[in-house]
Amino acid sequence: MTQLIASEVTLTFGGLHALSNVNIAIEPGLITSIIGPNGAGKTSLLNCISGFYHPTKGKILYGQRDLTHASPHQVSSMGIARAFQNLELFRGLSVLDNLLLARHQNLRYSLLHAIIYYGKAARVEAENRAFVEKVIDFMELELYRKKTVGNLSYGVQKRVEVARALTLAPKLLLLDEPMAGMNIEEKEDIVRFILDLKKEWGITVVLVEHDLGVVMDISDRIYVLDFGEIIGSGSPKDIAANSKVIEAYIGED
Amino acid sequence: MNNSLSKNSDLLAKFSIPQLLRWRVETSGDKVALREKDFGCWNCYTWNHYYDFVRKTGLGLRKLGLEREDKIAIISDNIPEVLYIAIGAQAVGGISAAIYQTSLPDEIGGILEYLNVSIVFCSDQEQVDKVVEVRDRLPQVKKVIYEDPRGMRGYRSDDWFMSIEDLYKLGDALHLEDPALFNALVDQGKPDDICHLCLTSGTTGLPKGAMLTHRNYINMGHQLTEVDPLDETDEYVSFLPFAWIGEQMNSFGVAMATGIAVNFPESVETSMEDLKEIGPHFMFGAPRIYETIRSQIWLKMDESYWLNRLFYRYFMKIGEEAAVYRMSGRKMPGGLRFLSWLGKQIIFRPLVNQIGLLRLRRAYTGGAALGPELFTFYQALGVNLKQIYGQTEIVGIAYMHRDGDVRPDTVGKPLPGTECRISEEGEILSRSASVTPGYYKLPEKTAELLEGGWLHSGDAGYIDEHGHLVVIDRISDVMHTANGDMFSPMFLENRLKFSPYIKEAVIFGDKREFVAALINVDPIVVGKWAEDKGISFSTYMDLSVQPQVADLIREAVLKINRNAEKPHFQIRRFALLYKLLDMDDGELTKTGKIRRKFVREKYNDLYEALYDEQITEKRVEANYQYQDGQTTTVDTTIHFYTMEEEK
Repeated sequence: MTQLIASEVTLTFGGLHALSNVNIAIEPGLITSIIGPNGAGKTSLLNCISGFYHPTKGKILYGQRDLTHASPHQVSSMGIARAFQNLELFRGLSVLDNLLLARHQNLRYSLLHAIIYYGKAARVEAENRAFVEKVIDFMELELYRKKTVGNLSYGVQKRVEVARALTLAPKLLLLDEPMAGMNIEEKEDIVRFILDLKKEWGITVVLVEHDLGVVMDISDRIYVLDFGEIIGSGSPKDIAANSKVIEAYIGED
Repeated sequence: MNNSLSKNSDLLAKFSIPQLLRWRVETSGDKVALREKDFGCWNCYTWNHYYDFVRKTGLGLRKLGLEREDKIAIISDNIPEVLYIAIGAQAVGGISAAIYQTSLPDEIGGILEYLNVSIVFCSDQEQVDKVVEVRDRLPQVKKVIYEDPRGMRGYRSDDWFMSIEDLYKLGDALHLEDPALFNALVDQGKPDDICHLCLTSGTTGLPKGAMLTHRNYINMGHQLTEVDPLDETDEYVSFLPFAWIGEQMNSFGVAMATGIAVNFPESVETSMEDLKEIGPHFMFGAPRIYETIRSQIWLKMDESYWLNRLFYRYFMKIGEEAAVYRMSGRKMPGGLRFLSWLGKQIIFRPLVNQIGLLRLRRAYTGGAALGPELFTFYQALGVNLKQIYGQTEIVGIAYMHRDGDVRPDTVGKPLPGTECRISEEGEILSRSASVTPGYYKLPEKTAELLEGGWLHSGDAGYIDEHGHLVVIDRISDVMHTANGDMFSPMFLENRLKFSPYIKEAVIFGDKREFVAALINVDPIVVGKWAEDKGISFSTYMDLSVQPQVADLIREAVLKINRNAEKPHFQIRRFALLYKLLDMDDGELTKTGKIRRKFVREKYNDLYEALYDEQITEKRVEANYQYQDGQTTTVDTTIHFYTMEEEK
């Protein structure tokens, strides 16, 4: 069963077509990558899925539910989380606080409970922390738990960004260029995290990434966008042999 | 406490390690024995829990076919399961052995073949992968047990692998079948059985497996605490590699003999943070650890505000004066005692607390020599740092400093129950209940090692007028200049390394006219210095070729030359190496010692240029290997500097 379907999605800003008639299907438990040159509409597509933009035309279905006009918080409560290309973290807070805060929508207790902080509130907070610790362990952030995010290196901040998305316990994870600006070693780490996410936690991953080597290595399925249109899709093997894709990336002879 | 221990000393001598563990359960079963940080929490395990896990693993291993004297190898970070597996195997008559986590697959294969290992324990997928790589060579390995299931999904269908949880289940099932079996097996153990094979790192060739008995370890732990008593309530943080005798000394020897708690950090990277949270009462480490902590302190002070720096500078002088009294056990004059107390309250207690050493009663260093200045530094801070000296073959310790008698240039006096003497050739010999019966499968080496019933250390040394042992160097490492003057390269290297700007140094000069050095600048301290001075640089290589950096190092060398005891100790020429010496490149041993021959051959071009005083610079090709195995070659220019003759 397909987990997420975008059909005929078109997004226009005035006269500019950011996306035109885009059709994609995300299969559960797989890594689906979206690649394409700069300005091809990759991030716009993620924005449509996560509710930041609403498609001008077309439909986005998540299971049986219609996401086309859902707001970001509705999308996230359905189990879709996103790690941003430009880090969206509280730079002045510690890693731990950033992650705890990201789970605010799982905290269901009243103001009164919070004031007394006994029984339910304490229990919920403890569960919350336990889950966050699981994520910290998974993303190997133990050393940075109590460090202020703003003081960490870019590579580590990126990891925290992915961790922040993970604390929502998503079923579908949207990763927008998680490896941009990283060195080889940091990239290898992130690749391992993504593969483990799929294998150990069974999370479906949608990956927007520029590093073709990585994409070809780890994706189960790839969509190629160019000027807002899908120009190719299939397994990494198919994509490598697709002449339209090669043309879009390397140009004509 | 001391009383009860000495009362127990006869008792201790009768036990094997698992029997001693059982005795701890009987006498203080509910006391915390182990603690591990996991998911941000410190989880406690009492002696009861400890013994339960040991029973589970022991019986599980037996079910897997581990017979008496079968070997089990451990390749793991520091986690409690290492002890469960090792002591569990020992309880059913097996022999444990530990391999460094940094070992490459080929090395691991070689060691597993040599020790004829039948079961391997790995902490995680990283280690399992290495064993899998050499699987074809290892028909005798029946099972690979892993602790962390992460990333093991792909291996699950293959029954060569087993999770530790499944091992526990096997053990529990066997215990249910035959509840008396485990105790009976533990009873069969004798103190003089071999319980562990400790690989000696050795600066050359394949490692040798020193066979160590239960008595070897327990005696060591007992004798150490005869000198420096420990309470059951004391804490120890386990962060040294388990393959090193230094860690086994504490977790097998000291912890079992005294009942202290062993704490396991959350991960290798966080061990210094976790140390801060535990605040251990004693610690043990290679000189490198103390050098790193000192650099941290210097950086902390450097970044602190002016008043702190002022206090630090002033009270450091006071502290150094007071340290001289404290180390020699003499009474301080009243004024100095007051100022030293004041300094402790104002600056040193908070400073030491920030690193987590406030509760520390004693810190030991061993494995290699530590610069005398470091002792003064730590003693001035109020940290009681002492040297110990010994070999793997005598469970790591034969000599140690006593409180109030810390002489920085010596390694102290023999442990109680240890006989020591210097052979006619100047070699240090020892004899005690902790000396190994020999090397596994190497009768010739064993005969050499234990010739005449004494343990031959291979180190040159002498006993000074205070009865302290002074270690010069490896007998094979002592060098002579062309004039026949003797010098120890390691001694001079340590001198150089006392400069905060120098991370590592290699001294040459055997059969040459003078002493010369290849120097690694310290990337952190010199990097910070360069930043402060507004000197821009990109990589370590770039930093090393800055002329200002060379001037900085020249000054440091000049200072050392001025203080040289003998004229031929002076360093005439030096060059700054473009890369840090590294274990992965084979330049250092696993314990961080320099592999001289290898370094000399690898950098032969530089060596020749050091001894050609005409050469001031030379272009060389630098080969780099990244962690992922890629290599690149970079062209760089190395400068050579000649020191002016000092009169």
